[in-house]
Amino acid sequence: MKLKVLSAPYLVWMVIFIVVPLLMVAYFAFTNESGGFTMENISNVGQYANIFVRSIWLSVIATLICLLIAYPVAFTLSRMEKHKQGTMMMLVMLPMWMNFLLRTYAWMTLLGNNGIINNILGFFGLGPFKLINTSGAVVLGMVYNYLPFMILPLYSVMEKIDKSVLEAAQDLGCSSRSTLFRVIIPLSLPGITSGITMVFVPAISTFIISRMLGGGSNLLIGDLIEMQFLGNSYNPNLGAAISLVLMVIILVIMTIMNQFSPDDQVLI
Amino acid sequence: MDNIVSLKNIVVEFEDGERILKNISLDIKDKEFVTFLGPSGCGKTTTLRIIAGFLEPTSGDVLFEGKRINSLPPHKRNVNTVFQRYALFPHLNVYENIAFGLRVKKVPEKEIVKRVGEMLELVNLMGFEKRSVNRLSGGQQQRVAIARALVNHPKVLLLDEPLGALDLKLRKEMQTELRKIQQALELTFVYVTHDQEEALTMSDTIVVMNEGIIQQVGSPTDIYNEPENAFVADFIGESNIINGCMPEDCIVEFTGRRFACVDKGFAPNEMVDVVIRPEDVQVIPADKAKLTGIVESVVFKGVHYEMVVDGVDHEWIIHSTKAEPVGSMIGMAFDPFDIHIMKKSEGDAYEA
Ligand SMILES: Nc1ncnc2c1ncn2[C@@H]1O[C@H](COP(=O)(O)OP(=O)(O)OP(=O)(O)O)[C@@H](O)[C@H]1O
Ligand SMILES: [Mg+2]
Repeated sequence: MKLKVLSAPYLVWMVIFIVVPLLMVAYFAFTNESGGFTMENISNVGQYANIFVRSIWLSVIATLICLLIAYPVAFTLSRMEKHKQGTMMMLVMLPMWMNFLLRTYAWMTLLGNNGIINNILGFFGLGPFKLINTSGAVVLGMVYNYLPFMILPLYSVMEKIDKSVLEAAQDLGCSSRSTLFRVIIPLSLPGITSGITMVFVPAISTFIISRMLGGGSNLLIGDLIEMQFLGNSYNPNLGAAISLVLMVIILVIMTIMNQFSPDDQVLI
Repeated sequence: MDNIVSLKNIVVEFEDGERILKNISLDIKDKEFVTFLGPSGCGKTTTLRIIAGFLEPTSGDVLFEGKRINSLPPHKRNVNTVFQRYALFPHLNVYENIAFGLRVKKVPEKEIVKRVGEMLELVNLMGFEKRSVNRLSGGQQQRVAIARALVNHPKVLLLDEPLGALDLKLRKEMQTELRKIQQALELTFVYVTHDQEEALTMSDTIVVMNEGIIQQVGSPTDIYNEPENAFVADFIGESNIINGCMPEDCIVEFTGRRFACVDKGFAPNEMVDVVIRPEDVQVIPADKAKLTGIVESVVFKGVHYEMVVDGVDHEWIIHSTKAEPVGSMIGMAFDPFDIHIMKKSEGDAYEA
């Protein structure tokens, strides 16, 4: 009973800001301008299949790169002496204290054709390379912005792995490599799945990163949706339909992910 | 019998500069049951970690079958450990925890089923195969830890207080079982305990440690009957330890009186520790005794009574099958060979 009372504010919040908007998105997706029911918006989403594929592809790559970078970082952090861990964690989180837009702008000036990187390379007689407005730049932006979201959940599960358990594995014949595969990875699986979720979901729906670093040629789903609401191709019904499809895609991917995590650690 | 593990002048210092092991040398023979016995914090676990390979000594050598293995990583050593705090794998069930080492060594599945089955039976955990180790009691976890190490049939098994969490009955059963397995499989056991009775009943050899120093190495009877110093005497069984001196061979003086003993070879009037076991103190009528005291308390201990007797300069502990009334005056006498004389340990003299 007490729990119910305590959760009331959150329930109200959820209804007003999550359930109602969701219903509105669904309503718009299945109606035309005059408010009549139609499947047209949904079927029109199909023509943007290439953008969907690109978005999924780039965010999958960014998520994997984040995982590959974050995993050893998080593990090293988790094995440090306790009092050092806090400081190191703060350093990892430091970029997050800066505004998201500002960070991405910074990369624009770094990667630009006359940017700092090309200038330095030019000094050695190299380049200039086309760095900005490439899909590589978009992935870079995603990795840079979302990496801490991968490190954090990984670190928090790894920190709980007792040193003696790793010693037990070695004692029973595991080299460092097989300790990794037989003990560390299985024990950090919940962190891996939640890290993937926390990077993949914002990455697949981003529009700032792709607009600023990807130029016009690397349109992502986020940009597409934004254009329907704020851009010149104003069409909220189509925008709602795209959002709905994106949501379904994310839901499906998360469900698949959940198959890999232990029973008691379901994400959604 | 050859030495399977040898420690040569092992010194361990941690970063804070504290010396945990101070020049430990020890030979462990093949197929031997060796027990490290000592108070908490004396360096027993640290010594095991050196043998297992989790810790490199600051100086000194670790030999395995005659070969120096100081920096050989743990997974390449033919040694398994039952950890003091179990260290079970939380992501695996009971069966998989026990099978872990065999799977790492790619033992055929049929063999794994057989050996894990044997172990489950041995540690009395049949029917728990599928249970998550997080849902076991402390004693059950401890038994999984034993099975997980033992199933590999290592040449040397290190057991760090493996029975600490078990109730008395189960502990006695497991003691017998472990001893049987050790003899049947002809393994070398290096066992850590601070339960002296456990050490005395199970071991071939006991190593008594204190503050990072080996105090005595010997068979259980040696250690019990011929303790080399007051610390060992006090730690193994209860003892009356009294300051005394040796005016001449075979005569010892303590609490102001002279007694016959069998020890020789001390300098005239050398200060010594006199050790007398509580069961070796004979109670005689006070008027016939050189030494008397007032009974302060009597406690029934099952097989005998334990009496505390306030004598001159010393409070005596006496074990006897007959209780004397509290407050009464009794006399005490000793057979010469029950009086053990020990050299005072130099420097950091042990205060009884
Ligand atoms: N990593 C370490 N760093 C610094 N000191 C340590 C470390 N590990 C152990 N010690 C110290 O070394 C001493 C011996 O520890 P050890 O664990 O070997 O004791 P033990 O004999 O096994 O005791 P117990 O019976 O309580 O298990 C203790 O004083 C302990 O504080
Ligand atoms: Mg210990």
